[in-house]
Amino acid sequence: MARKLNMRIWRGDSVDGALQDVQVEANEGEVVLDVIHRVQATQMGDLAVRWNCKAGKCGSCSMEINGKPRLACMTQVASYGEEETITVTPLRAFPVIKDLVTDVSFNYKKAMEIPAYAPPSDLKPGEARMQQVDVERSQEFRKCIECFLCQDTCHVIRDHEENKKSFAGPRFFIRIAELDMHPLDTLRNRKQTAQEEHGLGMCNITKCCTEVCPEHIRITDNAIIPMKERVVDVKYDPVRWLGSKIRKREGIV
Amino acid sequence: MSELERHKFDVVVIGAGGAGLRAAVEAREAGLSVAIICKSLFGKAHTVMAEGGAAASMGNVNSGDNWMVHFRDTMRGGKFLNHYRMAELHAKESPDRIYELEMWGALFDRTKEGKISQRNFGGHEYPRLAHVGDRTGLELIRTMQQKIVALQQNDMKTFGKLWIEVFAELTVTEILKEDGKVAGVYGYWRESGSEVLFEAPAVIIATGGVGKTFKITSNSWEGTGDGHALALKAGANLVDMEFLQFHPTGMVWPPSVRGILVTESVRGEGGILTNIKGERFMFKYIPDVFKDKYADNEAEADRWYLDQDKNRRPPELLPRDEVARAINTEVKAGRGTEHGGVFLDVSKRISAEIIKKRLPSMWHQFYELAGVDITKEPMEVGPTCHYVMGGVEVVPETAAAVGVDGLFAAGEVAGGMHGSNRLGGNSLSDLLVFGRRAGIGAIEYVRANEAKSVSDSSIKAASQRIEAPFTRTGGENAYSLHAELQEITHNLVGIIRTKSELVEAIEKIADIRTRSANISVTGGRKFNPGFHLAFDLDNMLLVAESTAKCAVGREESRGGHTRDDFPGMDNKWRQVNQISSFDGQKVNVRKQALPSIPKELFDLFDVHELEKYMTAEEIAKGGSN
Ligand SMILES: Cc1cc2nc3c(=O)[nH]c(=O)nc-3n(C[C@H](O)[C@H](O)[C@H](O)COP(=O)(O)OP(=O)(O)OC[C@H]3O[C@@H](n4cnc5c(N)ncnc54)[C@H](O)[C@@H]3O)c2cc1C
Ligand code: SF4
Ligand code: SF4
Ligand code: FES
Repeated sequence: MARKLNMRIWRGDSVDGALQDVQVEANEGEVVLDVIHRVQATQMGDLAVRWNCKAGKCGSCSMEINGKPRLACMTQVASYGEEETITVTPLRAFPVIKDLVTDVSFNYKKAMEIPAYAPPSDLKPGEARMQQVDVERSQEFRKCIECFLCQDTCHVIRDHEENKKSFAGPRFFIRIAELDMHPLDTLRNRKQTAQEEHGLGMCNITKCCTEVCPEHIRITDNAIIPMKERVVDVKYDPVRWLGSKIRKREGIV
Repeated sequence: MSELERHKFDVVVIGAGGAGLRAAVEAREAGLSVAIICKSLFGKAHTVMAEGGAAASMGNVNSGDNWMVHFRDTMRGGKFLNHYRMAELHAKESPDRIYELEMWGALFDRTKEGKISQRNFGGHEYPRLAHVGDRTGLELIRTMQQKIVALQQNDMKTFGKLWIEVFAELTVTEILKEDGKVAGVYGYWRESGSEVLFEAPAVIIATGGVGKTFKITSNSWEGTGDGHALALKAGANLVDMEFLQFHPTGMVWPPSVRGILVTESVRGEGGILTNIKGERFMFKYIPDVFKDKYADNEAEADRWYLDQDKNRRPPELLPRDEVARAINTEVKAGRGTEHGGVFLDVSKRISAEIIKKRLPSMWHQFYELAGVDITKEPMEVGPTCHYVMGGVEVVPETAAAVGVDGLFAAGEVAGGMHGSNRLGGNSLSDLLVFGRRAGIGAIEYVRANEAKSVSDSSIKAASQRIEAPFTRTGGENAYSLHAELQEITHNLVGIIRTKSELVEAIEKIADIRTRSANISVTGGRKFNPGFHLAFDLDNMLLVAESTAKCAVGREESRGGHTRDDFPGMDNKWRQVNQISSFDGQKVNVRKQALPSIPKELFDLFDVHELEKYMTAEEIAKGGSN
């Protein structure tokens, strides 16, 4: 049941570019990445697009489809109307390299700024004991496939290049939350530094990041909001702060 | 031409999957400078897709487990063609490698006592796979990625500069040698197309698999056998390239998802296989060597999920080669689904809630890509090309490539460890064990050997090769040649093989190779997938040639190599490795004796079991000393 699909594909580089119209065959069950590949193999051999797994697991094929940040390998062609034109453009928050490929190095730089996991110094390999309920909170954030769609959609940096310096973005808020909630992590001030150094304070909880996350991580409800609340707590209640850190160490036998 | 970009390191690691990252950590922690090169972004390597888990005999769920049991399972799974020493090191060291990941921040699923939980998998006698839901590979990659970031943070703090660097989206096209020893690697940035030289005395190949050589595969585009081909061209050998693992359960419908993996955990968690008539057919396919371990009736198979000590396991959990062949036979006999698969069902075994918790990404994958709700309906599945057991011949202890000083290989690209068939979960632990060992091998080598500088003539030759496809016009199209190759391997070198077809395949592959010399590329150098494919294709062609030639050579059926014209396993062939090498024109295959198993490992088995695999003389010798 092949049909002709009308597509508009952004082509160009950091200097200049434009949408190009193409017609391409689409078969039953295909995703947007499939038709992009068909365009590549038959009409535009040098069309640049990133992808790896084609199964929603690696987070490489991020782009904007009809203006929405999405994984091309997880977006069914059939989810658009028969007559609808599918428009694909590169992620807007990052500089274009070529066609659908953007320079996402911003994210790797931000990853470098977050202090690493710090287990207790006397913990020996194989001796960690943690309960499933306790690891599950951090595990939710470790599902992140680093597609950076949340980063792309967040209005704080989407059209505000100037904010990038002081704002790590939702991907890295969940990374901080993950370490903060890790039953064995010993670093004490993760929430404070999230607020003071990584720009948590600039987030005004619009939840757009949660909406686009293909892993359905509840970025705002489970990471951002709890951290914001606790930062306030900590500022006013030093005793509770100490308590929370002591509780964290209970997991170690 | 503008000035060539040049770098100098102690160690260059090609590949940022599990094996490459583990090797890099080892080398950096020993104080060496390390470059990690990969074709994709950092953190996206194929390892990220691994689902089920990493096998290590920690004994957290069943205390009866230990390295000896794991070793036995691995050898059985590989039909005793494994390099015994690799299987031994792997079984002994895997638990430590898993614990180490936990020290670096990995969060595995837990047992009630708070230890790392372990799950059942095909061919493993006890629950043995450390896992995180069904996204274990992601956990592995992310943990090591973050470990490398931690090393970099430490470098910045201590030295104000990085001693371990990641060069992402850079393809290596050549391993350079001077005076017979490794001197570095050459490649191009995918983004700009510009060329780069790395000088280093030690190079570790950790480039993963070859799946993209085939039409239906679970592998990502990176699986183009680059490391296999780079090693061959550098003078190293490949061992037993005929052995490819066809995973029994890939998606089959819709066509766009054909081949995408359905994790074996679905069966580990209780999934059963049925044909179109509703028969649970696996009971018919239990081979003699496994009769005492697998239930031959439904009642016992079902009881096993409740009591694993008193019952034999369900035949759905037989090693992968057995299950893949069984499905293939059912479909060929007309008992498959209309799309050429069979049914795999967990919905009747476990509750919707538990399915979503234990198999979240499977639920997601079927729901989003096939419109199937696996908590309510069965999945349609069929075999998909998944893993290559064959690979670079290495010295087990150091992962040094035999025959080339300064070259090392670890992970899926290395051969020997898994024999003729890999058990699920044994790859992730293999990456860690031999990734680390390759790191150590390289450290020792670098300490004992001077770096060599790369000559201008070597640079010029490597550069000309990259430029060539741009200088031609109106030549062959890389995409069509790739599709042709996949058609040939699928039809003629697939799950069931026969001499006449293999001979035909060898001729056709040679023909494509001749034509590929005339590939021309449209567009410029900047992020040009057509140009990238031209190089990947060259590698796939060498791999396919080696596989087809080894397949024609091995006149028996064993593990991931099934010959219609030689259907049985032949104990004489168990003593033989097939070694591929490259003479600059073509791949040549010769036979080599398998290292014989020492007495202390021989004695771990019941003699009656060994009689199924070994010749009478071997049994009489009782292992070497
Ligand atoms: C869907 C799926 C599920 C799996 N599940 C499991 C499981 O549950 N348990 C298990 O044990 N195994 C599993 N496996 C197998 C296992 O994941 C792989 O064998 C393993 O990840 C390979 O790791 P690696 O480090 O050898 O290479 P890879 O992870 O494949 O990485 C290769 C690296 O080399 C780089 N590279 C390749 N060529 C070049 C070049 N020319 N220049 C520069 N860089 C290059 C790539 O960019 C990449 O970074 C699974 C495999 C698949 C496909
Ligand atoms: S909730 Fe915060 S981080 Fe998320 S998109 Fe909105 S502003 Fe950005
Ligand atoms: S949090 Fe979600 S949207 Fe953001 S990078 Fe991770 S997976 Fe992508
Ligand atoms: S290709 Fe991996 S997420 Fe789309």
